[in-house]
Amino acid sequence: MTRIDALKAIYASLEERIVVTIMGAVAAELQSLGHRPNFFYLQHAMGLASSMGLGIALVKPERQVIVFDGDGSILMNLGGLTTLARYRPRNLVHVIFDNESLLSVGGFPTATATGSDLAGIAAAAGIPRTETVTTLAAFTRAFDEALAAGDLTTIVAKVEAVGPSAYVTDLSLLENRFQFSRSLRS
Amino acid sequence: MSPVSITSSRAIYDALKASGVRLMSALPETWLVHLIRMAEEDPEMTLVRLAKEEEGVGISAGAHLAGVKSAMLMQNHGFLASINGIVSCAQLYQIPLLMLISYRGEFGERDPWQTAGGGVTEDVLRALRIPFSSLDRADQVAPRIAKAQTLALSANKPVALLLCRDLMWEDA
Repeated sequence: MTRIDALKAIYASLEERIVVTIMGAVAAELQSLGHRPNFFYLQHAMGLASSMGLGIALVKPERQVIVFDGDGSILMNLGGLTTLARYRPRNLVHVIFDNESLLSVGGFPTATATGSDLAGIAAAAGIPRTETVTTLAAFTRAFDEALAAGDLTTIVAKVEAVGPSAYVTDLSLLENRFQFSRSLRS
Repeated sequence: MSPVSITSSRAIYDALKASGVRLMSALPETWLVHLIRMAEEDPEMTLVRLAKEEEGVGISAGAHLAGVKSAMLMQNHGFLASINGIVSCAQLYQIPLLMLISYRGEFGERDPWQTAGGGVTEDVLRALRIPFSSLDRADQVAPRIAKAQTLALSANKPVALLLCRDLMWEDA
């Protein structure tokens, strides 16, 4: 499974939901499918996309929030999984695209390449619904089930270590930030 | 009975509420115990207990973008542990943060392990160009918290208030 195919498969479900992504390939690929005002790309501060999603989910309980994380990013904030579990926002779906590498800086392997199990870590942290998926069909099913379940879910999607040809897009960081905030507050 | 001042903690808490704060993130530290308990007992406040202080930057950023005012309670060592988040989330994206930092390791500190962080806190705040002010007397609390919040929101940037020993500790 490639990340862009996974994003394409669920793009229609994202249109009316609040989306927060990490930097790099995820941000560029989601933008290539079509940017929307309710999408925010945290283009640095690795590890904090899941914390931003928690902050939004807690103050917007009537909206569903989707976080697109990565293995390199969540490995920088494993403690945050315990905070997510502690407050258990039922309106948050946490997707970790796990390509077992730090792709945008040269593809160096992360610890998931040598067996660290992010879904197992999330489950042990107390996340009530966790799953690892390796095929596009399984990912789409797991994502739809998470949306329907109405409970905090972490889906680890094993994806190929391939990404876009460029990471910088024509959407300025501040334009994205103010547009996103206006969208959330409207 | 801990010598942490309940009176000062109450004044700080009331000033935060008056400035519109409805979400607080916190990592427990001795001087913050009453503030955290007050947040926990207040049905109008969402308290988020953290594993590490940097998470609080992301949580406050998310709350702000969604229109909710927040504050971060942390020790100065927690501030030091949060620097990348402050720089590459809050400053990069022009997001206000109201940081209340217990200022351990200054004059009067008895714990040797607090003293290294105490010695660099103000220099690091200056290096990051974070506007800051100290709270060391009860009469400063309400006006400075209100003004710090005002600047954070008008400038869209992190600001810090240093909670000092003379304010927080009754046998300082």
